[in-house]
Amino acid sequence: MSIKNYRDATFDAMKEEMIRDGSVYAIAEDINGNGGTHGRYSGLGEAIGDPGRVIDAPISEAAIVGSAVGAAMSGLRPIVDLRFSNCIPCAMDEIVNQAAKSRYMFGGQAKVPMVIRAPDGILKMQGAHHTDCLEAWFTHVPGLQVVVPSTPAEGKGLLKTAIRNDNPVLFFEHKKLMSMTGEVPDEEYLIPFGKARIAREGSDLTVVVYGIMASRALEAAEQLAQEGISAEVIDLRTLSPWDKETVLTSVRKTGRVVVAHEAVRQSGFGAEISATIAEEAFDALKSPVVRIGAPFVPIPMAPNLEDLCRVLPENIYEGARAAMKR
Amino acid sequence: MLFTREELLTHYETMVKIRKFDLEAKRAREANEILGNVHVYVGEEAIATGVCANLERRDSIESTHRGHGHTIAKGADINAMMAELYGKATGCCHGKGGSQHIADFSVGMLGANGIVGGGYGPAVGAALAARILKTGAISVVFFGDGAANRGTFHEAANMAAAYRLPVIFVCENNTWACATPSEVGHTQSVTEISRRAVGYDMESYIVNGNDFFAVYDGMRKLVKRARSGEGNCCGILECQTWRPLGHVIGDTQPYRDPREAWARFCADDCIANYERRCIAEGWLESKDFEEIQQKVDRMIQEAKRFAVESPYPDPSELTTDLYD
Amino acid sequence: MIKVSKEQALKFYQTMCLIREFETSVKHDFLNGEIPGFVHLYIGEEAVATGICAALEDTDYIESTHRGHGHCIAKGADIDRMMAEIFGKETGLCKGKGGSMHIADFSVGMLGANGVVGGGYNLAAGAALANKMILKNDRVSVVFFGDGASNRGTFHEAANVSAAWKLPTIFVNEMNQWASTTPYLTTTAVENISDRAKGYNMPAVIADGKNVFEVYAAAVEAVQRARAGEGPTFIECKTFRVEGHFVGDPELYRTREYVKENAERNDPIAWFDRTMTQQNDYIDGTIPVQELEAIRASARERIAQAKKFAMDSRYPDPDQYIADLYL
Repeated sequence: MSIKNYRDATFDAMKEEMIRDGSVYAIAEDINGNGGTHGRYSGLGEAIGDPGRVIDAPISEAAIVGSAVGAAMSGLRPIVDLRFSNCIPCAMDEIVNQAAKSRYMFGGQAKVPMVIRAPDGILKMQGAHHTDCLEAWFTHVPGLQVVVPSTPAEGKGLLKTAIRNDNPVLFFEHKKLMSMTGEVPDEEYLIPFGKARIAREGSDLTVVVYGIMASRALEAAEQLAQEGISAEVIDLRTLSPWDKETVLTSVRKTGRVVVAHEAVRQSGFGAEISATIAEEAFDALKSPVVRIGAPFVPIPMAPNLEDLCRVLPENIYEGARAAMKR
Repeated sequence: MLFTREELLTHYETMVKIRKFDLEAKRAREANEILGNVHVYVGEEAIATGVCANLERRDSIESTHRGHGHTIAKGADINAMMAELYGKATGCCHGKGGSQHIADFSVGMLGANGIVGGGYGPAVGAALAARILKTGAISVVFFGDGAANRGTFHEAANMAAAYRLPVIFVCENNTWACATPSEVGHTQSVTEISRRAVGYDMESYIVNGNDFFAVYDGMRKLVKRARSGEGNCCGILECQTWRPLGHVIGDTQPYRDPREAWARFCADDCIANYERRCIAEGWLESKDFEEIQQKVDRMIQEAKRFAVESPYPDPSELTTDLYD
Repeated sequence: MIKVSKEQALKFYQTMCLIREFETSVKHDFLNGEIPGFVHLYIGEEAVATGICAALEDTDYIESTHRGHGHCIAKGADIDRMMAEIFGKETGLCKGKGGSMHIADFSVGMLGANGVVGGGYNLAAGAALANKMILKNDRVSVVFFGDGASNRGTFHEAANVSAAWKLPTIFVNEMNQWASTTPYLTTTAVENISDRAKGYNMPAVIADGKNVFEVYAAAVEAVQRARAGEGPTFIECKTFRVEGHFVGDPELYRTREYVKENAERNDPIAWFDRTMTQQNDYIDGTIPVQELEAIRASARERIAQAKKFAMDSRYPDPDQYIADLYL
């Protein structure tokens, strides 16, 4: 084990995969100028001994993603970085109509192995154009896979899997993760898609989260434990596919559930989780599912208003208390 | 002479106001008095000033992430602007926009934009509306050399030209797309962005963006044509300039030597160029400049005081302004 | 001006006739209610796909449009499986999942028709990027697009990257005068789409789209340039869309007389017949009319076989609906 920050852990994932497989390349705006957003690609070309596979892109999201689809169909494995989740809509056609559908529509002839990395989430006062958590959109599109890692070690293992995966993957990384440090195994490892991680075992209550929310849920669980409430924290890791079974098994054990994400609550992925629990484990429920997400507004810039949009450990804690009351 | 003494003083004041506003914004951001992304317009003042000096209040502009200069040149109130950077209730967007989404519709400033190349389409729409509503207004969209490669440019340029709309595309070619040089063969296919005008049968001019008078003159010709509304009346004004500071405050510029970048600006500073020309022509004296500098210093201090003393928005404002 | 062998000229003719007969058959079957969905015909534009694809190798790529049957045939796709695809049969090129507008045959480098106007540019640029910058071979990519699609931002982005990186992308504009139901000049700011190439430092040429030799000559030059690492080329082919935008389009936006006049003036097959039966600049000698008629008849026969293959094939099993989604 080594202690690494998220940036370095995911850098290692790319480096290892790009050395292992010469068909992997990375493309983004500013990727060589300043290492891309958060400097996540600084020195990557040199590290793999092939700077030609780290490509500076013009500000042309449609061309970046569209060309990645074409390159993937021609045998490459692009890693695309869109800098911010909010740049994704500029390439929506390329993702939804081209990347997601080419395989099925062409009867299995095409293979579109690509990863789109998109930092998201509230940092501080970046405003409505750089902050959205859009993961739920893409869980609605057959053909795409959606990954939301929660720690440096998770990020590394999931990114390696994403790169080796033969499907188009949306890889959402909360900006707060970038500086997060944690233990990362030194040996080679992969984390499979569709298999949730039980981040903390518990018996009174199930907290279903993903991404940055995993560490916030663990904080809340700690506080709940001090009050004698045993919370089980499930980190979904991937949302499409998502690990329904682990969630349902836990719900059948505890009977109480809190679902939390930073994305807007309305039509967020929590709705899918809640509906599935209601459909398949209704009898096990002792109280209604508590669903936590951001209010239905674009993220305002004013710091106090922005704070109202955050989902923090205290929100999860309060949600858990509400679930326990009934 | 093209300008009256009053006009010369006004244009000078606008450029200085932009310079000092952004240097204050830079200071405040570096001191963490304001947070978030702040992109300053230092070095490019002559463009916003020369372009907007040709516009009327009814005309609209679409701006970029580097939008303070456009906003000031179009006539926005700098107290409300400064308050907006601080996220205060008295800000021109009530604290919900911030630097990168600053706007003042009352003066036809339809917004800075966090999406590179996000303004082209709205600018075309503004011109379309002006035509339908017969306001006689024209529409201007500012964009950088990096944004010139977005497909949105192509779509909007074609539509504006095909529809014969009065849209002027003002390219601020400062040679840097964030951290990437806009070089042919790297991420760019042409040195002169305005060469693309031929693909839309548009008029275009290339001017020295560090020379107010050159910008003004190029824009004057395009505005005259746009205002006439005859035929394909849109155009591209390419202003060649230089970005002396980083992309955003806090950018350490690992991609270039920051001192060289600054030195290049100092040798061709649009405000110094303006002063020299006015003195050489005998239009103005040093004393005029000093007075304006002092006046603007006071305005900026007042704007800062206003911003700092203003309250944050009431929490009840969270859900307002979303639907009508 | 280019001169080719008589065999090459006959091959052009055979391909054009196959496309014409294929489309005529599809039109007939669609109007009879045998083919469901949405079908866009390439009638009148055969010389473009034929001339361009004749300059390509099997290992080169093309990105097609919603009007993709002609490109698919010219690139060498299996005609039986094409027809089966249009009928939605399990023997189709895409196992019946794509249909006319999403027809593809990766085995011959045909990376797909596209239901999204302008959806192909960046995919072609990406294939070119892969081959030039990473795989380091000399394959080229062609993207076909109409005058309407030329106004999509995707064109601009793909043209810029292709030119900036000197990618082996060839932009083939089928200027057929009609963007669906809109005469192109009402929504397009320039008369010659290829003027836009100047904005990317890209060489451009205008070819007469009814003249397969002229199109072929332009393609040969563009392919040479692309393989030599000199970057993209823009080829504008002036042609005419004879049929409606799709089969069943009532064409309320243009008169029958207008269509008839333009169809006759621009018909590549009739032009070929007229030109080849006389002394001409493209081949040595002439081709007797009987020889041309025989090719035409054999194309008709080949398409009839394809139709039979399609009709004899089964629809896919219902349980296939979930197949081919993920690997």
